[in-house]
Amino acid sequence: MAFEGLADRLQSTMQKIRGKGKVSEADVKEMMREVRLALLEADVNFKVVKEFVKKVSERAVGQEVLKSLTPGQQVIKVVKEELTNLMGGEESKIAVSNRPPTVIMMVGLQGAGKTTTTGKLANLLRKKYNRTPLLVAADIYRPAAIKQLETLGKQLDMPVFSLGDQVSPVEIAKQAIAKAKEDHHDYVLIDTAGRLHVDEALMGELKEIKELANPNEIFLVVDAMTGQDAVNVAASFNEQLGLTGVVLTKLDGDTRGGAALSIRSVTNTPIKFIGLGEKLDALESFHPERMASRILGMGDVLTLIEKAQENVDEEKAREMEKKMRTASFTLDDFLEQLGQVRNMGPLDELLKMMPGANKIKGLNNMQIDEKQITHVEAIIQSMTKEEKIHPEIITAGRRKRIAKGSGTSVPEVNRLLKQFEDMKKMMKQMTGMQQKGKKKGKKKGGFNLPFNPFQ
Amino acid sequence: MSFFKKLKEKITKQTDAVTEKFKDGLTKTRDSFSGRVNDLVARYRKVDEDFFEELEEILIQADVGFETVMELIEELKMEVKRQNIQDPAEVQGVISEKLVEIYQGGEDETSRLNIQAEGLTVLLFVGVNGVGKTTTIGKLAHKFKVEGKKVVLAAGDTFRAGAIEQLEVWGERVGVDVIKQGAGSDPAAVMFDAVQAAKSRNADILICDTAGRLQNKVNLMKELEKVKRVIEREVPNAPHEVLLVLDATTGQNALIQAKTFKEATNVSGIVLTKLDGTAKGGIVLAIRNELGIPVKFVGLGEKMDDLQEFDAEQYVYGLFADLVEKEEIE
Repeated sequence: MAFEGLADRLQSTMQKIRGKGKVSEADVKEMMREVRLALLEADVNFKVVKEFVKKVSERAVGQEVLKSLTPGQQVIKVVKEELTNLMGGEESKIAVSNRPPTVIMMVGLQGAGKTTTTGKLANLLRKKYNRTPLLVAADIYRPAAIKQLETLGKQLDMPVFSLGDQVSPVEIAKQAIAKAKEDHHDYVLIDTAGRLHVDEALMGELKEIKELANPNEIFLVVDAMTGQDAVNVAASFNEQLGLTGVVLTKLDGDTRGGAALSIRSVTNTPIKFIGLGEKLDALESFHPERMASRILGMGDVLTLIEKAQENVDEEKAREMEKKMRTASFTLDDFLEQLGQVRNMGPLDELLKMMPGANKIKGLNNMQIDEKQITHVEAIIQSMTKEEKIHPEIITAGRRKRIAKGSGTSVPEVNRLLKQFEDMKKMMKQMTGMQQKGKKKGKKKGGFNLPFNPFQ
Repeated sequence: MSFFKKLKEKITKQTDAVTEKFKDGLTKTRDSFSGRVNDLVARYRKVDEDFFEELEEILIQADVGFETVMELIEELKMEVKRQNIQDPAEVQGVISEKLVEIYQGGEDETSRLNIQAEGLTVLLFVGVNGVGKTTTIGKLAHKFKVEGKKVVLAAGDTFRAGAIEQLEVWGERVGVDVIKQGAGSDPAAVMFDAVQAAKSRNADILICDTAGRLQNKVNLMKELEKVKRVIEREVPNAPHEVLLVLDATTGQNALIQAKTFKEATNVSGIVLTKLDGTAKGGIVLAIRNELGIPVKFVGLGEKMDDLQEFDAEQYVYGLFADLVEKEEIE
């Protein structure tokens, strides 16, 4: 399927321009068409795209691109900058009322992920800000919605306030706030029922809750996969309720998430959090520049780096690097390295963050078999200490034993040993190169997997 | 001209009530969509690049898949050249005709479900999170129950908090049995149980719920394949339908959803939900065009009987109603 990023799109245009020596205004126009298509493909609303392209065109024609030696790169840079600007700064702060409890209302369409997000937000408030939130089950319409929140409350070990599904949500909110005051909860999270923005009766109910509860925050929860309609939904909720923030959910999917841009530009309210999974800790702050990369299909290096920093012990990495340089890298070291990579999360997700990864043929549809890594680990763990340090002593008999011990086969053991040897050879070559070229050493600390997990 | 008349005549023969429901549900959709086409035609004196660019935008705004729009525009350009059309008003007819062509696909295509005359029919529901699988199952169970069929539901979403309870509430509401295990149990095992229970209770129809899953989660898609395999093994030729539930508000990603779920479970039809909002659900056009999967039902509201069989002509009529009426005046 032709979901190519902006970089790919511009490449073909660039090839036409290359060799021309100078870029004309017509060329810029053509590039802008590609920008437009890339954004539309990412589900950014067409009106927003139009505005955006106009702005970028002005900057582009205004010298920046025309005079540049690498106009393609320059266009991408300008586009990304403008995108990032448009999505605003990082604002993942949550209001604190000076007269507790602080009240947060969660609103949105059906199935956007309000209840799950409510649970995640409560978890974040406790973990990061040391608060004691009270969850309020005000979705009396969808069957078992209350039960869902109660289950989440149990998982989090947090109180959930509910009056069943026969009491009006307005009354539930009222009593919940009284209860929160009584029990000294500093936050009240009201999970409201999903509703269409054009449903006057139900929107009226939200307004009533708002008037009564006087919330400090009203978060609109939006599915990141939302298409062109995102602007209508967001604008309408904002007009009727006055939103203070947006939470974008299901970003762990493979949507480009252009809705983020649309919503931001029609509501002018900050996107505060993004949902990245079904687990209760999968709520993160919104980073505009990362979102810009994603919308443009450019990978997400920053998140990748962050993950690496979080999970890889720097000292260990340095030590490892030294071992690689001196070619004293053993299978034990390799095992450790493997563990660190795995700590960063599922491999296929990591790969997706790499820029250009979507260009590698078949990578999109590739299924990375995490089991194979487990096999590799098992094989190494079935070796003796001696064998791990000097793999050359592993004879046919030992191979058989290792295969048996790890529940794999001799060919698998063979493959691993061969690949490990190849890797060591490569390291030697690299160190050779480094010594010639000096420096440059730091960059190569990385994760050379001595096997191909993509078979 | 005659094309619209034919369409209208065909529609009027059908029950008015259903058509009304479609029209109601699609009012917002129609207003903005054909309104914009009309507006476009009125504003342009010449059929030129700008005209096509704007038309492209209108289609994109309806969430019609990107590739499909590009294809459609190319075809239109060719057609305009061939017929030497200068007047935008003439293009209008061609646009609608092309759209209907895609929607209708093969002539004899029906939205009817593959229900067995004898023995058990198994329907498997799949889709991403929050599209309305469980609600749709509830509505469909109600529909079958009204038709006098014996229905059993399988609570295959063992993952999301409260999902089993949600299906149980629907079961009570509709008055059908729900086969379940505890939260967190293996969905394939639930299916096995449900098939056995449906068989021993002599049920006509078993509807299987599954947990919502994003299509890029390889392991979860594998789990779904397993669920399907279990059903296949226990009932010959089952599942008789694999229905992918799509949220009408979803954008381009719906196409990837359809493609991936089709690969994993051989999806036989689509249920398009939440069409009562302002979303256009135009992506079904692309899915039809690129993957050949037909839409079987549309969800037009939250009530038990708000699930309608999809009728391509009615859908198109809903989209183009004011175009049709306008032509009649002329």
